[in-house]
Amino acid sequence: MAWISGVGDTEFGRLEGETPLSLMARAAADALAEAGLERNEIDGLLCGYAASLPHLMLATLFAEYFGLKPRYAHALQAGGATGAAMVMLAQRLVDAGECRNLLVVAGDNRLSGQGTDSAVTMLAQVGHQDYEVPFGPTIPAYYGLVASRYMHVHGVSEADLAEFAVLMRNHAALHPGAQFKTPISVAEVLASRPIAAPLKLLDCCPVSDGACALVVSAARGETRLRIAGAAQVHPHQHVSAAADLADFALADCAERAREDAGIGIDDVDLLAIYDSFTITLLILLEETGFAPRGKAADRLRAGIFARDGLWPLNTHGGLLSFGHSGVAGGLAHIVEAARQLAGSAGARQVRQPAVAFLHGDGGVMSSHVSLVLRRE
Amino acid sequence: MSGADALAAHFWQGCALGELRYQRCRACGAAQFHPRRFCARCGGAPDWAVAQGLGTVYAATRVTRAPTPDFARLAPYDILLVDLDEGFRMMAHGAPGLRIGERVRLDFDRRGERALPRFERLGGRS
Repeated sequence: MAWISGVGDTEFGRLEGETPLSLMARAAADALAEAGLERNEIDGLLCGYAASLPHLMLATLFAEYFGLKPRYAHALQAGGATGAAMVMLAQRLVDAGECRNLLVVAGDNRLSGQGTDSAVTMLAQVGHQDYEVPFGPTIPAYYGLVASRYMHVHGVSEADLAEFAVLMRNHAALHPGAQFKTPISVAEVLASRPIAAPLKLLDCCPVSDGACALVVSAARGETRLRIAGAAQVHPHQHVSAAADLADFALADCAERAREDAGIGIDDVDLLAIYDSFTITLLILLEETGFAPRGKAADRLRAGIFARDGLWPLNTHGGLLSFGHSGVAGGLAHIVEAARQLAGSAGARQVRQPAVAFLHGDGGVMSSHVSLVLRRE
Repeated sequence: MSGADALAAHFWQGCALGELRYQRCRACGAAQFHPRRFCARCGGAPDWAVAQGLGTVYAATRVTRAPTPDFARLAPYDILLVDLDEGFRMMAHGAPGLRIGERVRLDFDRRGERALPRFERLGGRS
């Protein structure tokens, strides 16, 4: 069995004077301290990629910088699903007996080190170089195309999307490290400036600096927090090659993760779902079984996803308001779920959750990882 | 033409000549838009074909926040996914305000460094 023995993070936002490595080191030091481990006890290292520090061997680079000599180390790339994919791999490596204490870490300083304009230009390049990028799309444009089709087929409105931006902002207000905490209204989301129709500024996550880390261990630890189930699916890379923008067939991935964990959907107490855009969050909730098609916003309005609801959702504020620092942004959902399950979420703490369901999305609904975390 | 290989060059040369080139598999008959030396469905050998340029809007967005200064000069512009009658889907520019389900006809926009596929409302200006 594989257990999360410690988590760590930095605040998200504009963090001047840092580098991806220095941010990763801060989060990693916190995670090691929480796990009660010394550097020489870390025998495995997984990291993501950093847009501000492209490198062929980021894991080894970080190991040297931070002072680790792991027996197993490499970087992993699955876009926004990288954080969840690293946790899944860490679980498998611990279960296989390859590692006893594996550090999972990601950090980036896209905001101060790269800037929003440069990040937007760079990110658009995940599109097809020959058959998409020549038309001047952006990541919001790819998701704007997804939104247009999904909303058309399932009767979702722009106000439905806006509700999720408002909820994420409400949740971020209680996190001391969140990038955006000022409350917003549905009307303000709807009136925010257009980016890629139907998506507006407040439907989109920000560009942030920040880092997150966690330690996955073979020993149970005090928090008794087990990585109980995981599954992946990778249906396409490019939005123009996706089979159906109104049905991504992710139910099977979510169900396999729950089966792997031996739980049903009714056992879930907490949700941590990738939310690069409001539409991403709405679709993933509906795909993974937490709302019927086209009804996620109705469930939100009924309070299901609130901190005191049946399925509290992204209680740190998600990518939309806590912030999006590349791979660390996706890892932040996992760090938050771990804190909630461990009962250490402070003012944000929800009532005694035992089972969290998580889902990460990379590319344009391209790479998917579902996870189940469980307090034993 | 960054990232272009010989197959992509063949596609874009077609655009310059006013032709929308795609592939059809000799073995299974599947239409394939991103050209390859093989059919991604069955592994068979594809042949080049030319589409009529008629299709239906599958998805649509209007980009206001452009990715580069060059595209910022064009903004706002509409990007579509169009289902061509020959059985493949492609990204292209669209006339302003085209909506999902509308029938469209292909044209080429020669303003830039290459002739960019752009769809107009069927029956609208050619």
